[in-house]
Amino acid sequence: MTETARSDYLSWGRVVHASHHVVRPSTRDAAARCLTTHDQSVLGYGCGRSYGDVGLNPDGRLIDCRGLDRFIAFDRETGILSCEAGVTLGEILAVVCRPEADGSGWLLPVTPGTRFVTVGGAIANDVHGKNHHSAGTFGCHVLSLELARSDGSRLICTPDAHPELFAATIGGLGLTGLILSATIQMRRVPGLAVEAEDIRFGRLSDFFALADESDEAWEYTAAWIDCVAGGRALGRGIYSRARHAARRGTPPPPRLPKVRFPVAPPFSLVTPLTVRAFNAAYWRKLGPRGRSHHVGSYEKVFYPLDAIGEWNRVYGPRGFYQFQCRIPPAGMRDVVAELLGMIAASGQASTLSVLKLFGPRESPGLLSFPASGATLALDFPNRGASTGTLLRRLEEVVMQAGGRLYPCKDGVMQPATFQAGYPGLGRFLTHIDPGFASGFARRVTLLPMPG
Amino acid sequence: MKQTQADSGAVAIFGATSDIAICVARRYAEMGRRLVLVGRDDAGLAALAADLGVRGAAETAVLRADFAHLEDLPALVGAAWDRFGGVGVALVAYGVTPDQHVVERDSSAAAAVLTVNFTSPAILLNELGRRFEEQRRGTIVAITSVAGDRGRKSNYVYGAAKGGLQRLLQGLRHRLWSVGVAVVDIRPGFVATKMTAHLDRKGMLWASPDRVATDIVGAIARHRAVCYTPGFWRLIMLIVCATPRALFHRSSL
Repeated sequence: MTETARSDYLSWGRVVHASHHVVRPSTRDAAARCLTTHDQSVLGYGCGRSYGDVGLNPDGRLIDCRGLDRFIAFDRETGILSCEAGVTLGEILAVVCRPEADGSGWLLPVTPGTRFVTVGGAIANDVHGKNHHSAGTFGCHVLSLELARSDGSRLICTPDAHPELFAATIGGLGLTGLILSATIQMRRVPGLAVEAEDIRFGRLSDFFALADESDEAWEYTAAWIDCVAGGRALGRGIYSRARHAARRGTPPPPRLPKVRFPVAPPFSLVTPLTVRAFNAAYWRKLGPRGRSHHVGSYEKVFYPLDAIGEWNRVYGPRGFYQFQCRIPPAGMRDVVAELLGMIAASGQASTLSVLKLFGPRESPGLLSFPASGATLALDFPNRGASTGTLLRRLEEVVMQAGGRLYPCKDGVMQPATFQAGYPGLGRFLTHIDPGFASGFARRVTLLPMPG
Repeated sequence: MKQTQADSGAVAIFGATSDIAICVARRYAEMGRRLVLVGRDDAGLAALAADLGVRGAAETAVLRADFAHLEDLPALVGAAWDRFGGVGVALVAYGVTPDQHVVERDSSAAAAVLTVNFTSPAILLNELGRRFEEQRRGTIVAITSVAGDRGRKSNYVYGAAKGGLQRLLQGLRHRLWSVGVAVVDIRPGFVATKMTAHLDRKGMLWASPDRVATDIVGAIARHRAVCYTPGFWRLIMLIVCATPRALFHRSSL
């Protein structure tokens, strides 16, 4: 199969520019063969929607899995879906999640904030969504997965068959082998449409009050935080919550973004001035009542950023870092306030800041990121050393609080932070496939640095 | 999507595991059509049939064939035709892109390329033409190439086969016009597929197979005679064909 040297395989943050030898198999057999014919390290690649270096293998090989895009079976009675690992969540929505006559239907049990990710990537990063407090992670709904290893073996892993490898592969950052296909339990909803509310709140304590009030009755919740606001307005934002509307159907969202960000501008359009202006306007978007309510498609609720293709180009040629942490419940209010205070004071924040409370449901994944507590996610334009300094200080606070950072959002985490944050790491290590590697794995010294 | 009388009936795809054909098949599956998938790769055909079933195809059938075996083609067309009792749309989508330097030197390689890209589809289209003529409805579609519009040094063996196919389709269209059967000539430019994986695919001119499939399904629905895809190739080829020989020969196209 043709292997080409490519410099255009990036991650979503566009910070890491590396050369890869890329091969794009179009069948599972061909993909499995790619693993055994080489001594250079390899990693599966999907839509490139992780932000840092978990999906990259600089100077090594990438297997572009987007050619593995076939559905295998779907049972309309049980909702059990089997498909190849390169099928995107958007494609599943388009093909499987069409409303029936009464508006009900099958839906993805869990979806992250973009539908342009592959099933393989969703498993490897054990992604979560706005319904984590009620549904857990994507990996909670994986019934089985087919894994190819560099020793030539091909295993069907389930909670009962190769259970340790199954647990290691969910959230396993692609290091346990190449996921070829998966079987997922889809979720039956009484109406595919959602009833959605946005509520403006003026300070951080209001967020926690709204979360307490909403978590029972609203299965999708998250808040946008105005990270520029400090002082008494610290942590102000807009709380979004949604739930399915019985007997209301809605068609799947389009397969492609409506518009695309055409080119990367020569400088970042995200500056302190534009962020301040945007956030001020956005915080007021709900009008004098400070509330909105609508029933309709889930597209705007789940995938607000998917409307603009390649929106990451807005950050210009230097790209951006994303930071997402999870803080344990004890003391989380103070820790979140401390983090937000540091960010507001730094003047480096971006507009895309999300705060959410995770639920107690545990993922089978050994390295799964979500767990009870709060999660805060932010973008930072890459301004070089000052951004690095801020990220290191935030990381320090998270460490002190006994929290963890999310590998698929991370570009700077220290090895000690990773080791402290993931107690399942020791069990995980024995399942790493020796033929696999990633930039992240080398950076946090899961694997030795080359040379 | 609504079905009209004219485009009902099974969709038969010859060379069904090519990247463009897969995308076209998926469009028809989502319209709930029946599909006959003909190709060489058994495992690929079975996987495609399962995929199309999930996507909504009413029924799928798989036929294994080697299109280079010319003597088998009439029976193959018969089997595809009879599988669902007639064909509404027949798409001929197989072909190979050779290395021009090899076919300039190796006459058996050149013969093989001409067979798969011209002789075989010509025989197949002739067989299809006869059956569509009796049926008095339906659409015949074949994928040729912009390379067939003007011979040039970088790919004229391939171009000759595709140009020949264009001429054959033109004649078939003339013949079947009176019985109401449409004949569509699809001329893609550069498409990022398995067939072109060995080429350097950087640049604005490359299109995805999905984009090309959208144009193909549209051209079939509208009974277009000739469809350049993406559409800007019509303009490019107009210029290429109009360029005076004296100038053209100085180019490295």
